[in-house]
Amino acid sequence: MAFTTSKSYFWKGFRDGTPFIFVAIPFGTLFGVFATEAGLNIVQTMAFTATVFAGAAQFAALQLLQENTPTAIILVSALAVNLRMAMYSASLTPYLGAAPMWQRAIAAYLTVDQSYACSIVQFEKEPDLTIPQRMAYFFGSVAPITPLWILATYMGAVLGTRIPESWALDFALPITFLAMIGPMMRTLPHVVAAMVAIVVSLLTVAIPYNLGLLIAGCAGMMAGAQAELMMERRKANA
Amino acid sequence: MNQVDPVTMWTIIVGLAVGSYTLRFVFIGFVGDRPMPPWLLRHLRYTAVAILPALIAPLVVWPSATAGQPDAPRMAAAAVALTVGLVTKNVLAAIFTGAATLYGLLYLLG
Repeated sequence: MAFTTSKSYFWKGFRDGTPFIFVAIPFGTLFGVFATEAGLNIVQTMAFTATVFAGAAQFAALQLLQENTPTAIILVSALAVNLRMAMYSASLTPYLGAAPMWQRAIAAYLTVDQSYACSIVQFEKEPDLTIPQRMAYFFGSVAPITPLWILATYMGAVLGTRIPESWALDFALPITFLAMIGPMMRTLPHVVAAMVAIVVSLLTVAIPYNLGLLIAGCAGMMAGAQAELMMERRKANA
Repeated sequence: MNQVDPVTMWTIIVGLAVGSYTLRFVFIGFVGDRPMPPWLLRHLRYTAVAILPALIAPLVVWPSATAGQPDAPRMAAAAVALTVGLVTKNVLAAIFTGAATLYGLLYLLG
């Protein structure tokens, strides 16, 4: 293998990240359509997508906005969806933590599901990479999707103004979320977390301000963590 | 099309932008090379998988478009989207089959 320079690692990352454009383009378009349907103008939609840069949290905020949820609850709930970014950040820190601050600051903005998934696999596979090579790979892996995500949102926002109300888009957002949940069920603790969250969310639906969502989210999170601990103990005893 | 109060909307956009960036920056920027407590990582791992189903479950059981009445096409679409996602691990395939189910049934039953 002749991947010695940082530049070639950028292109390696670029190639590994390219398949994700088939996710970023339709998702970005959907977000643009939904945001427009929810009443955001094009400047708001574009500011949202470019600064928050996290599909699931953006969709969650839109859904809660349509349910007339108080602003503080929308913020806490959408940020809870994004807590996994903190986990990505923590997990990348041993590999990238020694890079210059300005590079880490940019890398933080570009920490998304796709760049994390590509990079962590690559960094574990090749532990001898230098810090510049790792940074180059990381930036390469998000380079294909970042501009396309923003462009697709814009197309969706323009398209969204032309969609008639009779299209039952009220349910397109729940379908999008449900579709995201399936692939998240990687282990038994993930399933436990989701099940507990669902049951608690249905039981707490009468609590005002959508606070039930936060209670259910916490319950699910703790259930998942406990299930993981129990499985580890059982494995250790076996 | 409904209008959103601009102050509310910009509060949400700016709050989420700053909050999301902080979440992404906190470890790589501030913690540097120090190790993280395992209990914290363990909880962080399950936040998204808990909060997203909690957001959706009431919408599926009591959809807003039918004034909270359980609705067969929406229930069926939800079941299809979830099942296809579980089986194929493919988000886009799940969205399209779920949407096809919703619109197919709305057309047939409507």
